[in-house]
Amino acid sequence: MLGPILFFVFAVLALVGALGMLIARNPVVSALWMVLNLFSIACLYLTLNAQFIALIQILVYAGAIMVLFLFVIMLLNLGEVPRLPAFDWRKGIAFLLGVGVLAQLLYVVALGLGVAPEMAAATEAEANGTAAAVGLVLFTEYAFALQIIAVLLLAATIGAVLLAKKRFV
Amino acid sequence: MEITLNWYLSLSAVLFVIGVLGVLLRRNAIIIFLSIELMLNAVNLTLVAFSQAFADVDGLVLVFFVMSVAAAEAAVGLAIVIALFRNKTTVNVNEINLFRG
Amino acid sequence: MEATSVRLILLLPLLGAAINGMMGLFAPAYRKQETIIGAIGTLAVAVPFVLTVLLFLGHDHGAHIVSTYTWMAAGDLSISFDYRVDALSLIMTLIVTGIGALIHLYSMGYMHGDGGYWRFFAYLNLFIFAMLNLVLAENLLVLFLGWEGVGLCSYLLIGYWYTDLKNSAAANKAFIVNRIGDFAFLLAMFLLYQAMTTAGVAPFGLDFTTIFENADVLASGTVALIVLLLFIGATGKSAQIPLFVWLPDAMAGPTPVSALIHAATMVTSGLYLLARLSPVVLEAPGVMMLIAFVGAITAIMAATIAITQNDIKKVLAYSTVSQLGYMFVAAGVGAFFVAIFHVLTHAFFKACLFLGSGSVIHAMHHVEHDLEHKGVLPSSDLPYDGHFDAQDMRTMGGLKNHMPITRWTFLISTLAIAGIPFLAGFFSKDEILFKAFELGYNGATWAFVVWGIGIVTAILTAIYMMRCYMLTFEGRERWPGAMDTKPHESPWTMTVPLVVLAIGAALTGYIGLPPLIAEVLGTESWIHHYLGAEYGGPVAEFKAEHHVPHLTEGILLGVGALIAVVGVWLAWANYRKSGLETDNTIRRRLGAVYTLFANKYFVDEAYDATVVKPITEGSRKGLAPFDQNVVDGTVNGLAKSVSGLSGWWRGMQTGIVQNYALALVLGVVVVVALMIFV
Repeated sequence: MLGPILFFVFAVLALVGALGMLIARNPVVSALWMVLNLFSIACLYLTLNAQFIALIQILVYAGAIMVLFLFVIMLLNLGEVPRLPAFDWRKGIAFLLGVGVLAQLLYVVALGLGVAPEMAAATEAEANGTAAAVGLVLFTEYAFALQIIAVLLLAATIGAVLLAKKRFV
Repeated sequence: MEITLNWYLSLSAVLFVIGVLGVLLRRNAIIIFLSIELMLNAVNLTLVAFSQAFADVDGLVLVFFVMSVAAAEAAVGLAIVIALFRNKTTVNVNEINLFRG
Repeated sequence: MEATSVRLILLLPLLGAAINGMMGLFAPAYRKQETIIGAIGTLAVAVPFVLTVLLFLGHDHGAHIVSTYTWMAAGDLSISFDYRVDALSLIMTLIVTGIGALIHLYSMGYMHGDGGYWRFFAYLNLFIFAMLNLVLAENLLVLFLGWEGVGLCSYLLIGYWYTDLKNSAAANKAFIVNRIGDFAFLLAMFLLYQAMTTAGVAPFGLDFTTIFENADVLASGTVALIVLLLFIGATGKSAQIPLFVWLPDAMAGPTPVSALIHAATMVTSGLYLLARLSPVVLEAPGVMMLIAFVGAITAIMAATIAITQNDIKKVLAYSTVSQLGYMFVAAGVGAFFVAIFHVLTHAFFKACLFLGSGSVIHAMHHVEHDLEHKGVLPSSDLPYDGHFDAQDMRTMGGLKNHMPITRWTFLISTLAIAGIPFLAGFFSKDEILFKAFELGYNGATWAFVVWGIGIVTAILTAIYMMRCYMLTFEGRERWPGAMDTKPHESPWTMTVPLVVLAIGAALTGYIGLPPLIAEVLGTESWIHHYLGAEYGGPVAEFKAEHHVPHLTEGILLGVGALIAVVGVWLAWANYRKSGLETDNTIRRRLGAVYTLFANKYFVDEAYDATVVKPITEGSRKGLAPFDQNVVDGTVNGLAKSVSGLSGWWRGMQTGIVQNYALALVLGVVVVVALMIFV
């Protein structure tokens, strides 16, 4: 009975974090709500027996990316954004479209897309989510893609340095 | 009560739409970035859920790659935000309309 | 051997044009190498001449087709670059390359020091190439290619000194007037193709072999129409009424060009066309009568104009028109071989006359420069109002003492064209008149009228040519400062061609002896036997049923000789002492008629009033508003509506990224909806 309880707890936390990020006026607060969301998703990964990805999620997102975000927000010393008028045509359309997308996604999920709705055996999933299992595939079958990702990261690093330099723009 | 794949997928859908709304509604470039990250996470959740449901490791590898790309994207994107801020002293996307026809 | 020769004959001039043209265009240093340019240009024509002579000597009197490659093939129609070697094309090729080579040699001296030396030789070689295509072609389309090619080269060379607007205008005039004739030629080809294929002749590539074999399948009305259209084409190229107006203006080009293109070769291509298709032309007697009359009227009209002209080249130009008229008379009375005979003799004496006039102009230019140097020019001591003109005969006179070679060659050619007995012109012109008389004797009364006009023209010819000679070479030296400044004889490159051509002008007549003289001498008319269809040649002719009695023939010969002598004597006697006064006397005596002649019958003015003005005025009044309002209005309206629409669309490009994101999500929703529900 622990499984459903854990799922619902973290699902609610993830939703709260996401909505908090969306609603908060202060960027720092937004970013902190986002951290909660990311942490909850990592826990959801754990409920799915994907330990490796869960750890990476915390390390990369909470540890690296969110720190970067907070760093930039504080660097730029961003305050609160001025409020918009109560109603904006764009807001209305955006809500409508959001509802549309949600409806479509849920419709597709309900349709099941013809795949089996049952989970694989817990032991199988547990073996699948280990660092050993992921690493084995990553360094053999996806070795080339891994190299490309390495190059991409290098390029992004150089690009970021160049863009952020004072004289560049 | 059994938590099926559909629960995860539905959660992921809701998170994704929250991300979409963030992109469409918020005017702070950094929050828009965060929303994009949220959307990526929603998709990652789907991938992990599928992957574990069918005990197929490929989905996890894909998540790994998505995270890497997200990291790269965040680095470059934030650098652009810094560059923009330096020129315009704002990160409000409504005030940045260089593409105006 | 034969095929190789023909290819070389055709390709060498093209190669010469390419070398001189390209090197001159891309290597400015090459432009100064006049000796090399001239040598290449001359050899590119002289070598083909030698090859043609060899071909001519080894010719078995038959028609040989030399195929090169297929130009175009579509369905049943297949046009090849085929060339026809027979008696007619050999004669023409000999004229083109032989006289062409001499004129190239002459140009080396005449064009010395001209900035466009390389351009001139490139054009001249290109002209020879096009002309050879014209005379050697086996089918009408390749002939037409050469036909257009010579037109183009003529245009380029008339406008050679293009910095003078007058020359460009003359070039345009020549080109446009020629195009009118070319249009008729094209129509003739279309009609011929349509008629032949409808009659079931297939495959038909407009080649002469097929045309001659199947000439009888065409209805007589169709043949008449085709021949008429071909004749209109010929009037354009060969400067006959009504399209002769371009030739006198074409004298704006350098004098060697006038000699080569506008006297010896290109302008005779209309005659060549009629002679080539003589078996077909003979099927249209009505049109032949028209040809004869047009020729005769052109001949006398041009001759009367020539008497009044003071520009030495203009006299020769109208003389050319007049002589071409004679040739058309020959074609019209069915004596095509005589037309070609006259083409040949005319090529010699007219080329010699033009080159002689070039030599004179060359010398007068030096006189002009000397006078300017000495400060005599500009001078008011001129026999007429205006500036000193090196081509105006009124400033010449007495040149015989300073330019003996030019003088003697010019005199021989003058006597030859006047028809003085036993020079070339006597034989060919007399033969034309005799053939006209013979046709009349055989029942066609109209031919006597043509003959009569021819006789009158003959005496006029003798007068105006002798007047030209007298004004130029005899009498008083009339240029200002004539006491100290004397002209000089031209260099050898110019005098050698003169001498060769003068010898030709004296002797070529003997290849076409009149029947009477030939009979007396126990020989025959060589050119008749060489070209005539009845002896296996390519040129058909009208067969006279009744032969003119020998006595009449003898009288006619005597009359021909007499009028020539009388004409020459008249001019000599009247212009010997003071030419200009004689001109004034004639002007007073003739009054309005003289004005008519001197103004070229107001033909240019008439064309201007009836064709050019209505078109330009009509365009200005009728078409310009249409163009400005309807055509421009449509274009501008389109542009305005596009810019208006785009202004509206531009409003969507707010530059706010979130609007784009909104549109993107909308697109996603629509696409996903389509994927789900469709």
